[in-house]
Amino acid sequence: MTTLLLIEQVLNGLQSGIMLFLMAAGLTLIFGVMGLINLAHGSLYMIGAFAAAAVAGATGSFVLALGASLIAAAAAGAIIEIGVIRRLYERDHLDQVLATFALILILSEGTRWAFGSFPLYLDVPAALAGPVTLPGGIQYPAYRLLIIGVGLVIAVGLFLLIARTRIGIQIRAGESDREMIAALGVDISKLYTLIFALGAALAGLAGALVGAIQSVQVGMGEPVLILAFVVIVIGGIGSIKGALVGALLVGLTDTLGGVLLPLALSGVMDASAATSVGSALASMSIYILMALVLIFRPTGLYGTA
Amino acid sequence: MQREAVLNTLVFLALPAVAVIALVLDEPFAITLATRAAILALAAVGLNLALGLGGLVSLGHAVFFGLGGYAMGILASHAQSYAPLDLGLFVIEGTKSMPVIWLTAVFVSALAALLIGLLALRTAGVYFIMITLAFGQMFYYFNISWPAYGGEDGLSIYVRNSFPGLNTLDPIQFFGLVFAVLAVVLLIMGRIERSPFGLALGTARQNAARAETVGLSPFHLRLVAFVISGAVTGLAGALFADLNRFVSPTMFSWQMSGEFIVFIVLGGIGRLFGPVVGACLFVLLEHLLSGVSEFWLIYLGAILLFVVLFARGGVIGALAGRGAHHG
Repeated sequence: MTTLLLIEQVLNGLQSGIMLFLMAAGLTLIFGVMGLINLAHGSLYMIGAFAAAAVAGATGSFVLALGASLIAAAAAGAIIEIGVIRRLYERDHLDQVLATFALILILSEGTRWAFGSFPLYLDVPAALAGPVTLPGGIQYPAYRLLIIGVGLVIAVGLFLLIARTRIGIQIRAGESDREMIAALGVDISKLYTLIFALGAALAGLAGALVGAIQSVQVGMGEPVLILAFVVIVIGGIGSIKGALVGALLVGLTDTLGGVLLPLALSGVMDASAATSVGSALASMSIYILMALVLIFRPTGLYGTA
Repeated sequence: MQREAVLNTLVFLALPAVAVIALVLDEPFAITLATRAAILALAAVGLNLALGLGGLVSLGHAVFFGLGGYAMGILASHAQSYAPLDLGLFVIEGTKSMPVIWLTAVFVSALAALLIGLLALRTAGVYFIMITLAFGQMFYYFNISWPAYGGEDGLSIYVRNSFPGLNTLDPIQFFGLVFAVLAVVLLIMGRIERSPFGLALGTARQNAARAETVGLSPFHLRLVAFVISGAVTGLAGALFADLNRFVSPTMFSWQMSGEFIVFIVLGGIGRLFGPVVGACLFVLLEHLLSGVSEFWLIYLGAILLFVVLFARGGVIGALAGRGAHHG
């Protein structure tokens, strides 16, 4: 394999890792602050993608579509939090799993009812559709570079929001002692709704950005959700930094494993067997990574307690 | 306790009653529905040991269901093609005999449960849920990308496997066999619940620290429970594959794992017959609602949400009262 191809795959891995980070950041915040496991986070990803596809179809503007994905997912998140999730904070994890599983059924089938079973397509804006030439003569799709850039900007913004702003202080305080900050006069239920909507907006944006590369369809959120769980288990629950490191590790392992494993095996077995064994192993690689992290650090790379 | 016992007996007899009535009315489809309900109940009875008694919220039990299914699919497909399965070190002949397939399914899923349990039980709570879910996904994708046994398309078995003395192709005889397996497993589970092991497992769920101070090891108790639980769900998987004469990676899907939990909670968590009631109710709802609307899962989701938020004892809890709940 040439170095150019390898660099391209590394960039692909970064891109999928950054998108996973947008999902995992919301999940880990929601878990860290509210102690809630939210299976319906994948549905918010799907809602963002559908909102973007619908608005792009009606107006033709990609920027408006991204805005719509943020607003629709945040609004859906706020409604879900106020209507259902709020009643679950004091419940055990089993109730949370079941209620959010029920939400997946309702939201997925509701979307199928509204948009039909056929996938929608969200087009990459014309200005970004072509490749750009990177230093070293690598041709790489401009849109994917934009995704990496947007993701990094959001990651930095999220770190600043949590480390430097008043809301960030409240979020961190909520993680360590929710009763205390309620006693200090912070409206905790408003804070929870805000965090949930923020996590939802990030998921919705990820859905819209990825939806332009893949197709927009019902059920697109759950595989990403489960990958985001793997990310959180690797990074440590509640840690944004862990989510970033975990997401990049998972994105790179997944992408590079799919390319390198069949290639490595073709040295020891014939080509077709190497392809099938290699791709089967590659599909397991991130879970093996997760198992390794669990053996050596059961609470994840940046997890506490 | 009395009311629950009466209710349990009624529920338990309802399944064969439906099957016999269907036989008299010559409605083989209803017998198949009852068989499906009994098999799904068996899978959830397996999960209930880990979830209800052990407090282990496993969102990955579809792994064992799928492994049981593929144990059947792989053995039967090799018998079908007369080509033995060459594992390098030793060669396995395919078989169409249910008892052999069941033993294989139980063994393979118990082994997988042991390996997954060793890793997943190092953690607790949300981590455990996410990790079991992730391992489920690992098996799902592995099966999709492994082409030898049909990959994504799955694997068809043309003739149902045989059981000595029975004609398994006759719906009512196959139902009888499945129901007998369910009855035996329920009997064993009832024994396990009341055994010293079951009591210790319940203690470890309610208060792990106290269990440890009296010399019990919560980790080992949970591991054993997880292995037995996986083995039972694996057995259900083999029967499910035989019912459909088809196995595919959807048996490994995370929705399947979610549905098993739904059966338990619909029926009433921590109750021996909870999963049976839940699975029957689910199959009934699926049958009735899917006739009403293509989007019947919305109604199912709404019902489930209602049960979780407002009716926590499930159906048995609502009918038998809270007093009987042993949790």
